[in-house]
Amino acid sequence: MRTLLFFPLIIPLATAVLGLLAWNHRTVQRWLGIGSTALLTVVGSNILVQVQHYGIQSVQAGNWPAPFGITLVADTFSSLLLLATGVMGLCVTVYSLADADSDQESRGYHPLLQVLLLGVCGSFLTGDLFNLYVWFEVMLIASFVLLALGGKREQMEGAIKYVALNLIASALLLAGIGLLYGVTGTLNMAHLAIRLQEMPHTGTVPVIAVLLFCAFSIKAAVFPFYFWLPASYHTPPVAVITIFSALLSKVGIYVLIRVFTLIFPQETMAGQPLILGAAGLTMLFGALGALAQPELRRLLSFCVISQIGYLLMGLGLMTPLALAGSIFFMLHIMAAKSTLFLTTGLIARMIGTTVLKELGGLYRRYPLLAVLFLMPALSVAGIPPLSGFWGKLALVQAGLQGKQYLLVTVALGVSVLTLYYLVTAWIDVFWKNRPAGAAELHSPAPVRRRQMLAPALLLTLLSLIMGLLPELVFKLCRTAAEQLLHNDAYIKAVLGATQ
Amino acid sequence: MLAVVIGGLYAAGMYLMVRRSIVKMIFGLALLGNAANLLIFTVGRLTRGRPPHVPVDGVLSPLPVADPVPQALILTAIVIGFGVQAFALVLIKRVYQTVGSDDQDEMTTENKGQGEDA
Repeated sequence: MRTLLFFPLIIPLATAVLGLLAWNHRTVQRWLGIGSTALLTVVGSNILVQVQHYGIQSVQAGNWPAPFGITLVADTFSSLLLLATGVMGLCVTVYSLADADSDQESRGYHPLLQVLLLGVCGSFLTGDLFNLYVWFEVMLIASFVLLALGGKREQMEGAIKYVALNLIASALLLAGIGLLYGVTGTLNMAHLAIRLQEMPHTGTVPVIAVLLFCAFSIKAAVFPFYFWLPASYHTPPVAVITIFSALLSKVGIYVLIRVFTLIFPQETMAGQPLILGAAGLTMLFGALGALAQPELRRLLSFCVISQIGYLLMGLGLMTPLALAGSIFFMLHIMAAKSTLFLTTGLIARMIGTTVLKELGGLYRRYPLLAVLFLMPALSVAGIPPLSGFWGKLALVQAGLQGKQYLLVTVALGVSVLTLYYLVTAWIDVFWKNRPAGAAELHSPAPVRRRQMLAPALLLTLLSLIMGLLPELVFKLCRTAAEQLLHNDAYIKAVLGATQ
Repeated sequence: MLAVVIGGLYAAGMYLMVRRSIVKMIFGLALLGNAANLLIFTVGRLTRGRPPHVPVDGVLSPLPVADPVPQALILTAIVIGFGVQAFALVLIKRVYQTVGSDDQDEMTTENKGQGEDA
């Protein structure tokens, strides 16, 4: 049963290898990709069920006892995200059946996607800081190549910025991990938690906390470090950005939440004003940036940043409600934002442009597409029956309980801004009349359109379910938050055998 | 002594990273990587001239044994660093082919759309 935890790593790895072996057979690669992500979804839901039944699961690779060997751990938080990874992987793979051109595919798009998923799953599962670094690098290398695949001029520009900033983040992370090892003599996260509880938090420990915070914030695109994201996210193919925005930046937030609730709870409490400030500014600057964008993909990239602020807000507040809100919001944003990106990709395919000025009048021809854009847009903005509302409600409630009135005001204000710019974008694309002299619509072959619409539909459906029956998901998020805040169970699950 | 070297490497790496040329950026990355590795090396509680482990039937020496973990960390980090640098080199070659310059400012400018193919 415990070997189940290895599967999220084995499946993408095996698929990537098989995909490389089938380098010249693109159909084989496609089916492998779909099979693997579907399997990942099944395994993810299995792990989630197991964790609900038997508590936090951990497994020691090669049977080395816990603080020395490599540990994989799954609690509710990570298994929820594993499941989400599977679903997102499946959606993006299906979408790219139609969207990825032969050039990309012949350069190994599908195996790379699997390597990316491998890195993401590894980061979610690992119980060891240095391992986390390694998984990050696996993920990054895959993402670098995916980003630069195709080799267009503006892609190069984005790739250079992305590579440089992420490598600086990696260097910071490595330095932080090294210093932490010097101070505590261990790298196992559960063991670190115990060691740091015992020692006074002065001198190097806060410095290390700040180093790690900066490193993870760069990956997650938190306020002072977000500049690489809008520079690079609008250039690659839509399927690639979708997976980036759904998984890569969320891995940063996942790790922030994991490390700062488990290892540095004291520093988190001490740095609360800073974290909350960063959260508020991230929301604000993301939204303001989005307001100024004339192009749909850029607008959505800024929107990604703005939403990351909400996720960070939950960490800063550090109450069960706030963390549960963050986790709920994370799941919601994966579904909703990805739908937006996928729909944008479809528009780009059909019209050949995503510049707002050149678009218009699509509603009459593609009402379904219009709904598929409007629904997640309203959801992201937080209109009541949709999923974004419940996440925001939880965060705002938690903020009021924590007496962070300024931050709550910012969060609400940014929601209004989000509503404003997304609805304006929607009107620009779908509602207003087509500008004179605009390019003729050329729609892709019907089969391909179905492949591109199906994932968007699925994600919208998921988002709707989350919105209409929030209790189902929120209960899980609540459990996950409790497990994060009371880390005894986590520590026991990892180190139990040795104590 | 090592501390000064690490500081120097970090400073030089950072300086090179903020230069306009991408080639210098790669050098900066390499220096930063080395600085981080040396940092682990220094803070990893060095014990000189001691074995990292004791044979199963051996006598445990009263002196502290050397800790193999920092070495393992650095080894891994070096390997990953090489991989990343190799990728970065290929990337700048590609950028140079596409853009025809190694100046970061020339990549961003308004003459977009040129060199779409390549």
